[in-house]
Amino acid sequence: MDTSLIKRRRFLQGAALATGGALLTTRLLFAGTGGDARLVVVIMRGAVDGLAAVPPYGDPDYARLRGSLAIAAPGATDGALRLDNLFGLHPQLTFLHESFAAGEFVVCHAAATPYRDRSHFDGQDVLESGLVVPHAAQTGWLNRALAAAPKTLGHGSERGVALGSNVPLMMRGPAAVASWAPTRLAQLDEDTLQRIADLYSHDPMLGQRLKDAQTADTMAGDDASGMMGAGGNRYEEVIRATAGFLVNDSGPRVAVFDTTGWDTHANEGGARGQLGNRFGALDAALRSLKTQLGTTWRNTAVLAVTEFGRTAAVNGTGGSDHGTGTAAFLLGGAVRGGRVLSDWPGLATARLYQQRDVAPTLDLRAVFKGTLMEHMGVAASALESVFPDSGKVQPLRDLFRA
Amino acid sequence: MRDPTAAAIATNRFGLGARPGELATCAGDPRGWLEAQLKGAPPVIGDPTLQSTAAMVASTDQIRAQNRAHRAVLDTVVKLGALYRPAYVAEVMARLRLAATTDRPFLERITQFWSNHFAVSVDKAVVLGVAGSYEREAIRPNVLGSFQDLLLAVERHPAMLLYLDNYRSVGPDSILAQRSLERAGKALGINENLAREIMELHTLGVDAGYTQADVTAFAKVITGWSIGAAGAAAGRGMTGGGVPGDFYFRTNIHEPGTQTVMGRRYSQDGLSQGQSVLLDLAHSKATAQHIATQLARHFIADEPPPDSVSRLARVFNRTGGDLPALYRALIAEGAAWSGPLRKFKTPNDYVISAWRALDMPVDDARKVPPIFADLGQRVWSPNSPAGWPDRSADWDGASALMQRLRWADQIGQRLGASLNAVQLAPQILGATLADNTRLALSRAASGAQAVTLLLAAPEFMRR
Repeated sequence: MDTSLIKRRRFLQGAALATGGALLTTRLLFAGTGGDARLVVVIMRGAVDGLAAVPPYGDPDYARLRGSLAIAAPGATDGALRLDNLFGLHPQLTFLHESFAAGEFVVCHAAATPYRDRSHFDGQDVLESGLVVPHAAQTGWLNRALAAAPKTLGHGSERGVALGSNVPLMMRGPAAVASWAPTRLAQLDEDTLQRIADLYSHDPMLGQRLKDAQTADTMAGDDASGMMGAGGNRYEEVIRATAGFLVNDSGPRVAVFDTTGWDTHANEGGARGQLGNRFGALDAALRSLKTQLGTTWRNTAVLAVTEFGRTAAVNGTGGSDHGTGTAAFLLGGAVRGGRVLSDWPGLATARLYQQRDVAPTLDLRAVFKGTLMEHMGVAASALESVFPDSGKVQPLRDLFRA
Repeated sequence: MRDPTAAAIATNRFGLGARPGELATCAGDPRGWLEAQLKGAPPVIGDPTLQSTAAMVASTDQIRAQNRAHRAVLDTVVKLGALYRPAYVAEVMARLRLAATTDRPFLERITQFWSNHFAVSVDKAVVLGVAGSYEREAIRPNVLGSFQDLLLAVERHPAMLLYLDNYRSVGPDSILAQRSLERAGKALGINENLAREIMELHTLGVDAGYTQADVTAFAKVITGWSIGAAGAAAGRGMTGGGVPGDFYFRTNIHEPGTQTVMGRRYSQDGLSQGQSVLLDLAHSKATAQHIATQLARHFIADEPPPDSVSRLARVFNRTGGDLPALYRALIAEGAAWSGPLRKFKTPNDYVISAWRALDMPVDDARKVPPIFADLGQRVWSPNSPAGWPDRSADWDGASALMQRLRWADQIGQRLGASLNAVQLAPQILGATLADNTRLALSRAASGAQAVTLLLAAPEFMRR
């Protein structure tokens, strides 16, 4: 076996051991007194190709399997941005690479939810519900976590916000959450709004939605209307609003938004091309988020996750089909970064899951649990209700600065 | 016997929302009014300016071929955009005009249901040019036939073959793959996208028990299901053949030999192998259950009563997937006619119902298509091949509601002076019009505000 893989395993064990005593106490203190923590979850729908996002250029089977999709080693033209001797980042992910160097970015690799089939829709359902099987709940883990978070988390009536017209499953549930989407339609006048509110006084559900929308408009910023479609980065408006919500002391503490276009069955491209452009846009959006959050960035963690990965080998049409293990990102001023967390399974045919996909060696729920516990202050005892049937999945410790 | 609630349900839950006078037309026999819409050939969108898929794909190939010679990548993007965008707008307008004016609104709902069930998305550039013609060519003519004919028409349509990448999926042991390996040392292979989505989304449903091996085998079966092209336009060694832009079976990329899909062996040659698998999928019990669930969710409730689903599935099985029989069974479902208004309209259906209620012309090709993007449902652009989601919770977010109200207010301000919402409301909402809505309309500060309130009313938001 490659020695770097062995070292990697040891590192993971070390990280787990380190959290035995003193650190844990600090966390509990933080959980009791904190409440300034911010969390942004970016749902990347369509199955992001983890071998393109975080190419294991040092794996002896990588270039052979990937063919035209392979990213060259660091140093070569259009080569990967070096993380360590095994992994690099896609060359379009320059901000993430800077963040890695600054110790604010953790890469998780060969990660997956417990879902092992290859349907986008079921995979996203499991990713969002936090359950083991699809379509087993109408609520999402992030919302249940908000309901279980300490009272000190935030001061507003809503602790969460979904950026987008509708609330994704991950954010649906018992805790009140806001939603907001950019618009270019004009605001209603106060009188008409009041009359509609009266009309909805017999309809509690619509009444609540209307109230939530009015609150969200106030928080998203003064220019909430008339801003969409002004060109520039496709995520510009969403990022601006996310920052607007999160810097507000009485605003929500957790934001979630969707990104799409990751289902690269054909013409995926390598360093340049379709997927590279998507990575570039996402990277620019995250850079902009950091800038706009200002000092709030210090308390912020961003989780960027997808439902599953893609086939290790390039397919017949210059793309990749639905797979299993993939990469996940944890970024932010609160993150103890500069590390790749991976028990890398290798890409030799016998090591692939069903001889085709990156074998999953890290349960994403361990990352989620660690984030909720250490960053958001959710009690360990509450995690079982947030992630039912996950008793064997230990929270990943030590992901955050003390 | 006149049943005022049934008339409101027929026009709103089964239809696209009442136009003035529609409630009176159907009040005598709401079920009969729906059944009558299933008789006769489906309406044809006769706009002569609309282009066929074949013409659009052939023009695409031509632009690509010309510019490939000159290595003019940017010019290709510009020219294709100039080709696709006007075609998309014209198709959207034609579709919406029909929906806003049709006197067979139940049939139009059904048509849009199937179009979404077999979704393509203009998020993929090439689909922008063919999404409308796909609906006109593959969906509309087949909504009153059998499920198998609809399925076969869809899966061989170039729009679907382009959207889910099958047109250039190459069997690893096919003639072309062998030649490529010998001459260039380059291995070609399959793309399993279409095969998986046919099984998961179009027919069996995700829990039907098929495996990765079944998906892979089925993907091999439908290698060669491709699109005709002139000369070298098809690229990658697939030189020409067939009618440019039409469905074309490419023997030289089809994986030879017998394949086993879900325990059944398919030893046919060529095209008929894929047709055989599709026929078996169309007549599978899992497909009946899947389609029945989707249809009941669309028309009855987010979580439809299991009894209703079972009855619809039985009709599907018993009739071999006869679609009008299925729709009649849906009309006969008691659950569809009972209970409060429980489904929140999609943005698409909300806007169409407003146009119908206010008898608005759909004529501004510059302003109409963006409405749907503003409200979160740009026409033919679901984020995935699963199509738009179909539960209320997918659409009733706070921000989505506010967007809808803003649009309603814009309409109110435009039309308020010429409309009397107080008189109009009972003609649109019938027995579902609530007393407090009636009161709010009568007390509105202006005609414009009254129209806004009518479109904002809970009983107009739901069906």
